[in-house]
Amino acid sequence: MTEMPTYTKKDFASDQELRWCPGCGDYSIINSVQQAMTKIGKKREDICFISGIGCSSRFPYYMGTYGLHTIHGRAPGFATGIKCQNPDLSVWEITGDGDALAIGGNHFIHALRRNVNMNIILFNNEIYGLTKGQYSPTSVEGTVTKSSPYGSLDHPFRPAELALGAGTTFYARTMDTDPKHMQEMFLAAEKHQGVALVEVMQNCVIFNDKVHDEYTNRKTRDEHVIWLENGKPLLCGKEKNKGLKLIDSSLQVVELGKDGITEADIEVFNSSNRSQAFMLANLYHPAPMPMGVFYENDSKESYEVQLMNQIKGVQEKKGKSTVKDLLYKGDTWTI
Amino acid sequence: MKEIENVVIRFSGDSGDGMQLTGTQFSSTSALMGNDISTFPDFPAEIRAPQGTVAGVSGFQVNIGSSEINTPGDEPFVLVAMNPAALKANQHMVAKGGVLIINTDAFTEKNVEKAGYTENPLDNSDNFSDYQLVEAPITSQTLAALEQTGLDTKSKSRCKNFYALGMTYFMFSRNLEPTIEWIGKKFGKKPELAEANILALKAGRNFAENVNQAISTYQIQKADISPGTYRFINGNTATAWGFLKAQEASGLNIFLGSYPITPATDILHELAKHKDKGVKTFQAEDEIAGVCSAIGASFAGALALTTSSGPGIALKGEALGLAVMYELPLVCVNVQRGGPSTGLPTKTEQSDLLQCMYGRNGESPMVVVAAHSPSNCFHMAYEASRLALEHMTPVMLLTDGFIANGSEPWKLPDLDKNYQKINTKLVDTSTNGENFLPYNRDENLARNWAIPGMKGFEHRLGGLEKQDGSGNVSYDPENHEKMCHIRQDKVNNIAKCIPAQEIEGEQSGDLLVVSWGGTYGATHMAVKQLRKDGHKVALMHIDYISPMPENVGSILSSFKKVLVAELNLGQMHKIINGQYNIGASSYTKVQGLPFKISELVTACKRELETI
Repeated sequence: MTEMPTYTKKDFASDQELRWCPGCGDYSIINSVQQAMTKIGKKREDICFISGIGCSSRFPYYMGTYGLHTIHGRAPGFATGIKCQNPDLSVWEITGDGDALAIGGNHFIHALRRNVNMNIILFNNEIYGLTKGQYSPTSVEGTVTKSSPYGSLDHPFRPAELALGAGTTFYARTMDTDPKHMQEMFLAAEKHQGVALVEVMQNCVIFNDKVHDEYTNRKTRDEHVIWLENGKPLLCGKEKNKGLKLIDSSLQVVELGKDGITEADIEVFNSSNRSQAFMLANLYHPAPMPMGVFYENDSKESYEVQLMNQIKGVQEKKGKSTVKDLLYKGDTWTI
Repeated sequence: MKEIENVVIRFSGDSGDGMQLTGTQFSSTSALMGNDISTFPDFPAEIRAPQGTVAGVSGFQVNIGSSEINTPGDEPFVLVAMNPAALKANQHMVAKGGVLIINTDAFTEKNVEKAGYTENPLDNSDNFSDYQLVEAPITSQTLAALEQTGLDTKSKSRCKNFYALGMTYFMFSRNLEPTIEWIGKKFGKKPELAEANILALKAGRNFAENVNQAISTYQIQKADISPGTYRFINGNTATAWGFLKAQEASGLNIFLGSYPITPATDILHELAKHKDKGVKTFQAEDEIAGVCSAIGASFAGALALTTSSGPGIALKGEALGLAVMYELPLVCVNVQRGGPSTGLPTKTEQSDLLQCMYGRNGESPMVVVAAHSPSNCFHMAYEASRLALEHMTPVMLLTDGFIANGSEPWKLPDLDKNYQKINTKLVDTSTNGENFLPYNRDENLARNWAIPGMKGFEHRLGGLEKQDGSGNVSYDPENHEKMCHIRQDKVNNIAKCIPAQEIEGEQSGDLLVVSWGGTYGATHMAVKQLRKDGHKVALMHIDYISPMPENVGSILSSFKKVLVAELNLGQMHKIINGQYNIGASSYTKVQGLPFKISELVTACKRELETI
């Protein structure tokens, strides 16, 4: 084992010039990712960034690590192959709402259910950027774009709900306007031994500007966000004067001090409670938007660990043999 | 007892009647007795099609002989028909004068009707005037033989395939012992079933002996087989084992990303057993994830494989193009079946050749090789891996349903001599990546291979066009043209690294038959027969299709006529004429069935007449 080098953010940048639109949320995401890389305790050569197709998917070209820019929607397959081949690597998938949830929807859910120990950062801007502005699987109904001039008819996915339904063992949500929180989420994802999905509410300045504005803008977000903290009541509002109370099996916003409601009535957050995570996933703007780690389950062994254990187990049981042994084993005859 | 050179037997019954097993037992016993053999399992796509119908008939044909056998035979001489549907589906194939062994118990009014007969065919002897008919109450005789066993009627009735097998063992003087031994092993945990099946086998044999006068018996001498150790092998198993050898020879571990599809799935089944050898198999959520995971594993340093059949290859197309762009080693197996679309999943065809050559967007050259027999799959799987690893390129390995499921005796090769170390393009890490560029190339244009975990070699690969050397994204027009040429030249260069094309027969003459893939057995036998009859005919069977060996052009121009024979509508014919412009003729068949030797002989004679 060679010693762990001390890295700065620059060590994780490639020599390629960033080519996102000025003002794009991707700039702050890559900054936070590169910052996080200095803290995950992995050597640069042991890190892989894998992407599909789309604006966000140019990401690996800009990282100083190993990386693959693959094909549309298929990044989970590549990432799974890499992680199974070398479980020591830290594998990061970069994807967008079109890449992960439309063309790659199938791979996305299977990567989550399989629980391969990798981190998926989903840039959600509710629009197709690289193909110039069509509605995406997360666009709200009625979104007017070039491909939906009279409004989109699709019902959007909520990535949190989809991911929890698919059996993810980690889901977190963050926003491109809060580098500190993003970094925290990336570090938590890396720490989690299993698949980790981090949804970043990201702004597309060209085709869907300010779509997340109310709950991501520094000025207004505190009013519209519930910051998730384990063991703490689910409070929101700038003055923390509102909270979530379980009423008729769903979390509803109540005002403290009104109708005799006190902090004791407010639900306490617990990231290992899957039912609560589902309820939080159901809260969506204009209701307060939860941000943070919704759910984490560390009790499931990850896919590649099980794979390696299975191989080890069979090897211990069967011992070593060659192809020659195989050929001459069983029903052979000599002439 | 008549002495014969070879005999073709077809076992036929309902999908659930155990005909594949019966055929396999007859084959392995015959091989142990020193005959040369070739087999052809022919079964429906449905696991249990409606019982008693022609659609549900499952067959197993085996050709055994005292001389060289290379095909399962043009027409069966003996047909074992376990029910009316089996008779209906197969009688027309049986050679005139051949033997029909019929399970009369199954010819009930209902079964006769289900098979599509308007009246019981057994009621009219005119139906069998060209054949030797052996009527045997196989079901009731089996039940009677097992009366004392205490099994329920259904379990007893299930043993009837061994009764039928016993009858054929008597006819062809087969030794019962290997099968008895096999049954003992197979039903080791259920001794009552083992005993019942052995009883049925013996009862069938005794029945045939007792009605001796009605049944002709035959003797087939041992074949003149070259000395060595042999075993049975089918193409899918041989393919898997060839990859295992490549794993050993390259020092890498296999990663197979795959999705189940007929008739390729058995390769996944086989490799999944070999975890003890460090093999990693991954059953992906679909064909696309299968190939993508393999490419990912290749990036991380595996001997990466993906296996499928035509429809799956269509889905993998985009990812295969990416592998061409990445220039990473990958072997993609296409076990061809009848197409287009879902087509004929369990039947054989060679109609994916152009798909594999050209079925991707852009200028996307592919290395394509094909196996020519069940045992040759071992060699070609190794070769495909060698070319992929030595030249940093995806390679398509073509087999087909016929050789994948068909089996033959395989003389075990000298592994140390014939399968030497495969040198990968992995970089020397002692340089710490100084001056490393991912797309730097060797004299064969193969790039070097650095994998995650290697310090100082961090690099990114992408599907966007790249600058040669650095691999950085480049939209430069001249660079794009240069890269298209480099990728093509890299594939073309492989012609220098494969064996020269061989031909069977004289180096020049009247007619050159060109074939490829699983038709070899038939084209080889047809050309052999024509040459014996004095015709100046030779065979060029191509294993390395893209690129072809450098001497193919000169071979083609040494014959007055060239006839390309294949199981499609002329795909190799297009390639040969396109590449060599020699006006070759085409002989094709697309029935989901292999060539018959006689069909090929006739086609060649017709071609010879045009000279």
